[in-house]
Amino acid sequence: MDKNKRFVLPIGPIHIALEEPIQLRLETEGNIVKNVQLKIGYVHRAIEFLLANKDFYQGIIVVERVCGICSHSHPTCFVQALEQIAEIEVPLRARYLRTLIGELERIHSHLLNTAITCEILGFKTLFVRFMNARENIKDLMEGISGHRGNYAFNTIGGVRKDLFEDEIHEVKKSIDSLEPEIFQLIETVLSNSILISRTKGIGVLTYQDAIDLSVVGPVARASGVDLDLRKDVAMPGAAYEFLEFEKVVEKDGDVLSRVKVRLLEMVESFKIIKQILKDLPKGTILTKKFVPIPKGIGISRWEAPRGGLIYYCITDGTDIPYRVKIRAPSFVNIYALNRILINQDVADVTLISGSIDPCFSCMQR
Amino acid sequence: MFLDAIKQFLRYSQKKSLWVFHVNTGSCNGCDIEILALFSSKYDAERFGIKLVGSPKHADILLVTGPVTTKSRDPLLRAYDMMPKPKAVVSVGVCSLSGGVFAKSYNVLGPVDNFIPVHVYIGGCSAHPNMILEGLLRAAQILCEEEELWSF
Repeated sequence: MDKNKRFVLPIGPIHIALEEPIQLRLETEGNIVKNVQLKIGYVHRAIEFLLANKDFYQGIIVVERVCGICSHSHPTCFVQALEQIAEIEVPLRARYLRTLIGELERIHSHLLNTAITCEILGFKTLFVRFMNARENIKDLMEGISGHRGNYAFNTIGGVRKDLFEDEIHEVKKSIDSLEPEIFQLIETVLSNSILISRTKGIGVLTYQDAIDLSVVGPVARASGVDLDLRKDVAMPGAAYEFLEFEKVVEKDGDVLSRVKVRLLEMVESFKIIKQILKDLPKGTILTKKFVPIPKGIGISRWEAPRGGLIYYCITDGTDIPYRVKIRAPSFVNIYALNRILINQDVADVTLISGSIDPCFSCMQR
Repeated sequence: MFLDAIKQFLRYSQKKSLWVFHVNTGSCNGCDIEILALFSSKYDAERFGIKLVGSPKHADILLVTGPVTTKSRDPLLRAYDMMPKPKAVVSVGVCSLSGGVFAKSYNVLGPVDNFIPVHVYIGGCSAHPNMILEGLLRAAQILCEEEELWSF
């Protein structure tokens, strides 16, 4: 057989290694990937069309179902844009509570991604332990908000549920017991020589490529791009400006540094949660129950677990938004696959594509 | 006579070893993650002999999440046709049983039972792992008892 002959290897749309439908067409030469084509659109549900047919309060519910993992980031970003148009000052307590759920969501998303990375590597024990830790976080979120997946926590001008004093005490207790468990898992991953040698130097996204492709979130931070919306932009709906934490930036841009960024970000998230629980300000959680939204344009940004999320809303003074544009972080990040899969082994494809933490339902909306 | 005995044995054994294939036809990820949680250690569906498999050709039960979109209709039908008989379908989540919040979208063709016969419906957005587990056990019962599924 001709050695240089190219073979097209389709993966998907329904495949065991992929949670969600997408088709990757890999052009391979022998064992090496030479070209990648992505076919998306299998889970396109036309959320932007639906949003233009529903009123603002129904819109929050639809937006929550853009993605089942970042189901707090999307509604928060949406209501933040509407608050900007209506010029509503969000109460400080509501801002802190939003940040609390946002950080818990970041921890559970990063735990999930690390668990899946371990499963792809064949490290079943670590997968089970990470999933266990994630279940504890999920239980905590169920206790705070009332649901495991879709929290329905946000509304325009504040949040829908308050945390009482004894609840805060319980949350504090479970955070204190969870922290050493998760820190130990982080230490296990970062000191395991097999895991490190399997992920080091694979799927490298250089600093220049990261800038060119304008990737966001942990993928960008792993390539040395100093980009974290929690620090960089003003978020009128969140309380990050009052909290102390650090950006986690790695230099190498390979799979290992992406895993590292996610793990170390969890440490920062724990720091933020502890500060929130310590000095949660007193006061109301909602300014006004139903707020009319005037004519205007609002742009809001939020650091979702996968990176910067942008909502662009145009309203015309009626009950229904004129146009809502969603830019999800995975939509930008997935095109990095075109760069980082080239000249890699076919055996590493699932590992590398898992390491950018793609969320196909965010991406295809 | 002999064949009937084999059939009886197969029916009995089906109940204790369910192989499940999961298809996402346009779900928001919520139910898919709960299915992943169902097969991890806390809910641990494998204690009932339920196992996720990588090919529809090995599966007894099809788990479908999400409303059927234009582009994912054909993969769903192909996966369903590939499954050997007897087979049962479990639809997970409110979108797959009615369309949910996505019902009026231009790209959503409808709920799953417009395309393939569904035996167990599980509500919830997103469905709780315990509910999915109960639905799977119900599907095992149906697979064992339903006369129609065994006439081939």
